[in-house]
Amino acid sequence: MQDTMTAGSKAVLSSDALQALIVALARQGYTVLGPRVRDGAIVYDEIASSGDLPAGFRDRQDAGRYGLEPREDGAFFGYAAGPQSWKRFLHPPAQTLWSAQKTPDGFTISREEVSVPKLAFLGVRACDLDAIAIQDRVFCEGPYRDEAYATRRANVFIVAVNCSQAGGTCFCVSMQSGPKADTGFDLSLTELLDGTQHRFLAEVGSEAGAALLAELPHEPTTGAHLAAADAIIDNTAKQMGRHLDTDGLKELLQASLSHPRWEEVARRCLSCGNCTMVCPTCFCTTVEDHTSLDGFSATHVKKWDSCFTLDFSYVHGGAVRTSGAARYRQWMTHKLASWIDQFGTPGCVGCGRCITWCPTGIDITEEAAAIRASQCVKEESDGGA
Amino acid sequence: MGEADLSLAPLSDPFVPELYRTVRVTRELRDTVTLELAPLSGKRPAFEPGQFNMLYAFGVGESAISISGDPAEEGTFVHTVRNVGAVSKALSALEAGAAAGLRGPFGTSWPVEGAEGSDVVIVAGGLGLAPLRPAIYHILANRDRYGRVSILYGCRNPGDILYRHELEQWRQRLDVDLTVTVDHADASWHGNAGVVPSLIKRTAFDPHDTVAMVCGPEIMMRYSMNALRGAGVSEKRIYLSMERNMKCAIGLCGHCQFGPEFVCKDGPVVPYSKVARIFALREI
Amino acid sequence: MEGLDRILKEHAFFAAFSPEHIQLLAGCARNHRFTAGQYLFREGDPADEFFLIRQGKVALEIVAPGKEPIVFETLTDGEVAGASWLVAPYRWMFDARATTLTRAIGLDAKCLRGKCDTDHNLGYEMMKSVLSILVKRLDHTRLQIIDVYGRG
Repeated sequence: MQDTMTAGSKAVLSSDALQALIVALARQGYTVLGPRVRDGAIVYDEIASSGDLPAGFRDRQDAGRYGLEPREDGAFFGYAAGPQSWKRFLHPPAQTLWSAQKTPDGFTISREEVSVPKLAFLGVRACDLDAIAIQDRVFCEGPYRDEAYATRRANVFIVAVNCSQAGGTCFCVSMQSGPKADTGFDLSLTELLDGTQHRFLAEVGSEAGAALLAELPHEPTTGAHLAAADAIIDNTAKQMGRHLDTDGLKELLQASLSHPRWEEVARRCLSCGNCTMVCPTCFCTTVEDHTSLDGFSATHVKKWDSCFTLDFSYVHGGAVRTSGAARYRQWMTHKLASWIDQFGTPGCVGCGRCITWCPTGIDITEEAAAIRASQCVKEESDGGA
Repeated sequence: MGEADLSLAPLSDPFVPELYRTVRVTRELRDTVTLELAPLSGKRPAFEPGQFNMLYAFGVGESAISISGDPAEEGTFVHTVRNVGAVSKALSALEAGAAAGLRGPFGTSWPVEGAEGSDVVIVAGGLGLAPLRPAIYHILANRDRYGRVSILYGCRNPGDILYRHELEQWRQRLDVDLTVTVDHADASWHGNAGVVPSLIKRTAFDPHDTVAMVCGPEIMMRYSMNALRGAGVSEKRIYLSMERNMKCAIGLCGHCQFGPEFVCKDGPVVPYSKVARIFALREI
Repeated sequence: MEGLDRILKEHAFFAAFSPEHIQLLAGCARNHRFTAGQYLFREGDPADEFFLIRQGKVALEIVAPGKEPIVFETLTDGEVAGASWLVAPYRWMFDARATTLTRAIGLDAKCLRGKCDTDHNLGYEMMKSVLSILVKRLDHTRLQIIDVYGRG
């Protein structure tokens, strides 16, 4: 068998090879993070073996609803995006940036050293890969780089998993981010289950991925394997729980900043910020100064923030966005419109988390469609006069 | 991952302040002071008129404060601070000798070079004169590069006039048209009463070859934009300085967004044409 | 009358007026000279004259009992003082005090209103010019009321 692997090379792994993969990553010094069941949801956490993976679970998702159910086939990855994304590992919810110490004639400042563990992400879905690429642009490609992010990011090994099942709130097809992982991984896996056999089609995305795959017991692919993988992805693409028409959406939203729909959605919006916390691309942060009780030292801590809080837009005298309508508008127009002006792509990958985890079930796809629908009516009536 | 651009070494961490010492404090108004800050080590970085720094008060936090000193002078950063919140309160309480943290300079600048050869109209309201002062210093120091130069300054009443001594000096120059106006005054005020936008039609400039620089409270800027447009100045040649909540000052925290603009890096100084679409929109 | 004719024509207020209309108006006009401190008019006085400032400075003031007068607007070259002469009951609602030597044209209000009533084209031109000034003043007044420089 020809074992020179390069990007794009494919091979077939048995389901047992998953354990070998985890072991090999650990041997290379990686802390392996992957999906696990906790508190009735699938979360990302450290895993020691393939036995930690949520085999035999599927999820049911809809606006404001999430639940796990058993599945018969023993699939390791038979569920869609859970409440967490990989954001928490690359862009942690709280980080100390620096600390200050009082001295007799002032104070000194010391920069916080960033400890960067080598992390391996196992089971990154296409939408989340796209989200990581989006955050890379935000944190690393502007005039200023977030060095701590860049360092963590450079040390991550990514094993992507192509979705074999769409969730009830998924719309990655609309956002052209999935369901197949095209780039941005070291290794990608498609889980092949045909009743008798449980295998993975592996695809190499980087040199590191090629080296790792070469270490694992694998077989060459056949046409049947490739066709089966394609069929799975095609099928997932057809199962999307949601759809978002992105055609001209940026212009539409930017022309609809005074639309009455913002007031309507605000009646249901609790401004809780859940959508921003679960969103894999939301990157906003605030900073807090924490002072020691004796007043001699202070730490400057960066924390996730949400544009749904009143404080977010505070300028002396008051907050700019006091109404829920303005805050929802800011969030949604940022995701789907101004993000494109800022970074060249939308800030939405269609993972559906904001829909699932909204306590009142507000659905970004529904809101966009409502604005589009009323706009069409307006154009028709304008034209018919 | 093979993304080589992730490994560039930073010159210095833009999140971490440098240490500065307060060398002079000047009380400007009841609630406003001007601080002169010198770096504890090394040279004060160069800055352009209109840029701002993040000033840090120990244990309280950071605040974005525009630079109001002369860009041609070296040694210190000059900041005029009004006591309006926790951080600015701590900053305005700094005494000579006290330490402060400083990151910067950040942001875009007034088009002092782009305006060369043109008439210049500077419209300032209240504390909005502070971010414009470096531009005024630059323009007056290079006076022969500009056409007619007008400075229109408005504030609430004669007691609130900022940099009064300097305004008097500028007024004495024969090559600058300076008008100070107050919203209202008592009869002892011999200067002008009325709002700043009302001065625009009294000012001599060639509307087709004028660069306007406007800074002040947002409503005052909206009215001034309107008066300038009414006088025939193109939206592309009217510049304003925006103010929004800022935490990081480097485009990474998301707070200062104004439509697609990050006020910290795409601003604070922007041509009006860039923001005109949403400038008067509520809660944007 | 030839002199007043020319002076009217030179004033910014009449920039858009036809020579014929200016000719007509000149019949109502006279020259004024106010020294610093002199009042053009006082609150409550009959508004029987429309003042156009040629040169100088005029402070518009309102006084509350026991308080210093508040200056709320300063007028200068090319501007006009008030519109009370145009609407009943033709009484001034504020004081107008020259703060420097001020040269002005006064148009007799009764004469002016008469001409506008007779010649509606002239009346319309007059209304347009006065209204554009009043709308701007109203904008400026709003800006003052809002107290934009306040601490919020």
